[in-house]
Amino acid sequence: MQVKAPDRAPAEHRAPPEHRARRSPTSTPLWRSRKVQGLAYAAPTALFVAVFFLLPLLLVGQMSLSDWPLLAGDRGGNAPENYTDVTDSPLFWPAVRFTLLYTVIVTVVLLGLALLLALLVQESRPGAGFFRTVYFLPGALGLASASLLFWGLYSPTTGPLSRTLEKLGLVDEPVSFLGTPTSALLSTVFLVVWKFAGFYMLILLVGLQRIPHEVYEAARMDGASRAQIFRGITLPLLRPSLALSLLLCVTGSLLAFDQFFVLTKGGPDNSTVTIVQLIYREAFQRLNLGTAAALSIIVLAALLLLNVLQFRGLRHADES
Amino acid sequence: MTHPAQDTRLWRRDTTVLTRALGRTPHYVVAGGLAVIFLFPLLWNAWASVSGQPGTAQESGYGLGNYRTLLEYDAGLWRYLLNSTVVSALTVALTLAVSLLGGYAFARFTFPGKNLLFLLTLAILMVPYATLLIPLYVLLGRLHLQNSLIGLSLVLAMFQLPFATFMMRISFEAVPRELEESALVDGCGTAGALRRVLLPAVRPGLITVGLFAFLAAWNDFIAPLILISDSEKAPLPLAVANLRQQSMGAVDYGATEAGVVVLAVPCLLLFLLLQRHYVRGFMSGALKG
Repeated sequence: MQVKAPDRAPAEHRAPPEHRARRSPTSTPLWRSRKVQGLAYAAPTALFVAVFFLLPLLLVGQMSLSDWPLLAGDRGGNAPENYTDVTDSPLFWPAVRFTLLYTVIVTVVLLGLALLLALLVQESRPGAGFFRTVYFLPGALGLASASLLFWGLYSPTTGPLSRTLEKLGLVDEPVSFLGTPTSALLSTVFLVVWKFAGFYMLILLVGLQRIPHEVYEAARMDGASRAQIFRGITLPLLRPSLALSLLLCVTGSLLAFDQFFVLTKGGPDNSTVTIVQLIYREAFQRLNLGTAAALSIIVLAALLLLNVLQFRGLRHADES
Repeated sequence: MTHPAQDTRLWRRDTTVLTRALGRTPHYVVAGGLAVIFLFPLLWNAWASVSGQPGTAQESGYGLGNYRTLLEYDAGLWRYLLNSTVVSALTVALTLAVSLLGGYAFARFTFPGKNLLFLLTLAILMVPYATLLIPLYVLLGRLHLQNSLIGLSLVLAMFQLPFATFMMRISFEAVPRELEESALVDGCGTAGALRRVLLPAVRPGLITVGLFAFLAAWNDFIAPLILISDSEKAPLPLAVANLRQQSMGAVDYGATEAGVVVLAVPCLLLFLLLQRHYVRGFMSGALKG
């Protein structure tokens, strides 16, 4: 929107206020200086960042080095006992392995499907908008709500999936979708893919729409096949969006909690315990905030390392 | 009346339309099939919440028995809805207020520590949610905000700040400077310029920020799970999840399905109404990447 400066205002009056301030510094009260006003507007943000972000970050470091039972509070330093306790715990390495396995499966399936969805709805065919909305709809739900929904859907007794399979005669007895470690993992992956595919579709769609039409037309003039266009043009030009999706998906999956807490509770036989679930268990079932803090720091370090590596890898790929 | 030549032309056009439609058919079969898969769980859940199932309050036929169970469960549905509404409203209000002022500061002012503060705000994204919740549990206890909906809202608003501040900063930067300067010349202070001139201009950004904050606060599960210990104060997602474990052994699927409907309907409605604003959030996020 353009607004004309009023005619009566001479040009010099339209100069930014700091110019005026510099010309007559004594006549400007302190609270009127741009610097102070900027600080004042940023103060709430600074307060939030300091109290609810930096302070907890320092505190979690201190807690990870202290004997800190949930009920008794700080009982002084015990470094590095919390860290060795955590890595010696019989649940730690299985949880690391399971979280990594889950992350790999989810990322591959989710981004593959999201790319397919984005390609399906990218052109302005009739109905593209409808399909876009439908694919995204599960994304508006919360992850916990979606997990509760699928918990009913997967029920061997009242869920529609098991009953349908039985009626079709494909199985003889109710199917327990969450009953074995493998089925519990795959059922959870299905839920997560259903919930998030539309989200990543949107990110990729933004990337697809930024590829100029002329590039496609030029390739088509040169007689490139659809597969060639996809490999030679779409995928390389989609790289920034794919990289962002990859980063978000990997980070989100490594921190998985809600879906397993609601659907499997870590079972059967602790086969689906993720790292973040382990933090929760340490703190609120084993009532040890010290080891929970140590685990939190380990997760933080791992994620920072991963982000650095991914960033470097992408930059390296960009140069080559 | 029809000329033979015209006839063939018509026929030919029909075949091209037909072949094109046929060529599209696989596309629509795939897209439609996927749409059914994406819609089925939502539709099934809505149907199951009102249809009869043994072992639920709605034994047979169709009716609202499961919703009645929900109304009477523990502190009652209205209590949990109120908790969720309070937390969501507070989170949205805090996020909007802080990011509006912060975005204005970052976009239009220079002050010492500006870049550092902006980077620190974005750095919240780099730190896992779970890492911060354990110390926040202790910290809120020291601030006497443990087990309080206000404490929970403050934490949820903090997690919204990276996106909200970024979004508001680019919203302010997109407003032409002349607009604000003419207001300043007319005798408004910066606060007056913000209120009278800039606020209307950044409204779309505010709607996007508010929508994201609402969806996050309404749906959050792990933060109330850790920070709220009193079941009276549980927001709805936590209450519905607890409800499943309540009835010993016998699982009440019906009441859970009704709970999912109550949880999902506001989110789906808001998303459908404000889709445009939601997608804008993605455009800015994707540009950053």
